[in-house]
Amino acid sequence: MPEVLSAPLVVEFPFTRSLGPVQSAFLTGLRERTVLGVRTGRGKVLVPPVEYDPVTAEEIGELVEVAATGTVTTWAWNPEPRRDQPLGTPFAWVLVRLDGADTALLHVLDAPGPEAVRTGMRVRIRWAPERTGAITDIACFEPYDGVSGTGRPTPHSGEFADPVTGIVAPARLDYTYFPGRAQSAYLEALAGQRVVGERCPACRKVYVPPRGACPTCGVATDERVEVGPRGTVTTFCIVNIKAKNAAIDVPYVYAHVALDGADLALHARIGGIPYDQVRMGLRVEPVWTPGSRHPDHYRPTGEPDADYDAYKELL
Amino acid sequence: MRDVAIVAFAQTDHRRRTDELSEVEMLMPVLHQVLDATGLKASSIGFTCSGSTDYLAGRAFSFTMALDGVGAHPPISESHVEMDGAWALYEAWVKIRTGAADTALVYAYGKSSPGEVRDVLTRQLDPYYVAPLWPDSVALAALQAQALIDKGVTGEPELAGIAARSRTAATANPHAQLTGTVPAGDYLVQPLRTGDCPPIGDGAAAVILAAGDTARALCSRPAWIRGIDHRIEAHSLGVRDLTDSPSARLAAERAGAFERPVDTAELHAPFTSQEVVLRRALGLGDDVVVNPSGGALAANPVMATGLIRLGEAAARIHRGESDRALAHATSGPCLQQNLVAVLEGESAHV
Repeated sequence: MPEVLSAPLVVEFPFTRSLGPVQSAFLTGLRERTVLGVRTGRGKVLVPPVEYDPVTAEEIGELVEVAATGTVTTWAWNPEPRRDQPLGTPFAWVLVRLDGADTALLHVLDAPGPEAVRTGMRVRIRWAPERTGAITDIACFEPYDGVSGTGRPTPHSGEFADPVTGIVAPARLDYTYFPGRAQSAYLEALAGQRVVGERCPACRKVYVPPRGACPTCGVATDERVEVGPRGTVTTFCIVNIKAKNAAIDVPYVYAHVALDGADLALHARIGGIPYDQVRMGLRVEPVWTPGSRHPDHYRPTGEPDADYDAYKELL
Repeated sequence: MRDVAIVAFAQTDHRRRTDELSEVEMLMPVLHQVLDATGLKASSIGFTCSGSTDYLAGRAFSFTMALDGVGAHPPISESHVEMDGAWALYEAWVKIRTGAADTALVYAYGKSSPGEVRDVLTRQLDPYYVAPLWPDSVALAALQAQALIDKGVTGEPELAGIAARSRTAATANPHAQLTGTVPAGDYLVQPLRTGDCPPIGDGAAAVILAAGDTARALCSRPAWIRGIDHRIEAHSLGVRDLTDSPSARLAAERAGAFERPVDTAELHAPFTSQEVVLRRALGLGDDVVVNPSGGALAANPVMATGLIRLGEAAARIHRGESDRALAHATSGPCLQQNLVAVLEGESAHV
């Protein structure tokens, strides 16, 4: 059995999200060490606040300020913090009902151990030293045995100087990509500058690159077939706008190339010929650069052009 | 409207890793099994629907690759849900009920091994207030478990008992990943120990649905879907009573689950504590056989686990081991969304 190929795959994106009036007031408030909730038509104070009552779907926006102290309604001890979680040392996940609120906020509690945490315990917010208008402006909660306020929410305009209107939420997930049986075989062959497809046992078509299944018959493609190296341009376009990070000068030709013996065209760049002389039917061959797993581009072979009938099914 | 039944079910042997297989390579054998069981060809299926998520694969539109496994050229009638396959089955059921198809192929797959599923699932949370804290799936389930313990509804020994019962039952399930005597283990996130949590693994499942006489022709004892419904609760965890599941109860009521007792329940409860919530919400008595397959505690291919509950319940009816079964699927943190179906074998009505 061939070696199972794998490669690291990192998906990372800074999601930029705009805020509505209620979320904007709440997150700006956190920046100013002020916790805001929203009062529903039923008189309940929701913290964190939302723009619609989750029970009645009524639009709501009456902001009130609640205390930075509260009561743990449930908790869970996390002995091994994971990357990007708020604390690097063991902590408790907590739902906290802040004084004045009727609902609970999810956050973390800095405590020496699980024996120091219980439902009903009193906690207060520990503010992050630098605050930007994000839920992480609350660094964490900490145990609190001082006097609490009245617990009565007070009206708040929700207006602050320089309100936060959007957040950037960076997200990163790490994977190890495994291409699977068919694509691994394809990649291994490429390392030897050979192109290998797979034939469908039912319709006999040769797919390249193979993905392990015939999309027409829905069965596994199992017979390896070496295709190319020469092929025919079936269709093409001229790229005039340079892509970011692309090292290729424009204009250049991007084409579909049907390798000899394949029933599906690959896409490839065409070189070694002026861009405005590339044509359907042009016979081409791969040009490999040392150390690369893929042909850098395809160039003309000098053969006569292929008849249209020879490749019309592959367009 | 026409009656709809599950007439075939297949699932992979669920494993911790399937590095040597792509998604479609993992999926194809189960697709062929359900087609072979009914004698149908992929090209004769009226509607195809799948459930999976790009976040497990780390690739956009990853489900399009899996489409090769159902022969999508020439074009077929197809749809996809970025959800557990149980919701794909719901869509297919609607399609058949409304007369738009006579048969449907529903499949789902999940490969958790390429990434960190605990981190991946944080990306389904509220992006403003919750996701930036990266609370993982075990942490959120643990908050729910502690709420149950505080309420005096359950305790750690009872939870360990659910884990033991599930994995003992799974010894009779050749597809299960985690079976037999499994130690309770250390706290993963207290109060949940490793034994209270599902195995992480890769797997796939497929079912075929058919209408009326077509179902009778394809299966000697079809599992008729007498009712199916799904409900969702508020996304903010802090506004919910985590010890209850009103959405599961309402879905069950609308599916007709309370009209007559069921003899079997396949519950999608990846964490032991969630079985406690569901049993209470669904009013399941001790006489109901719960998760004879071992449930999600024995195999949890994310995005297929809910569809497998429907398939396992149906398979028991196919085999004559159940006359009326409840199948449940969940999605989201702490049982946020719940789907309930009631399945019956025909003799139950004689």
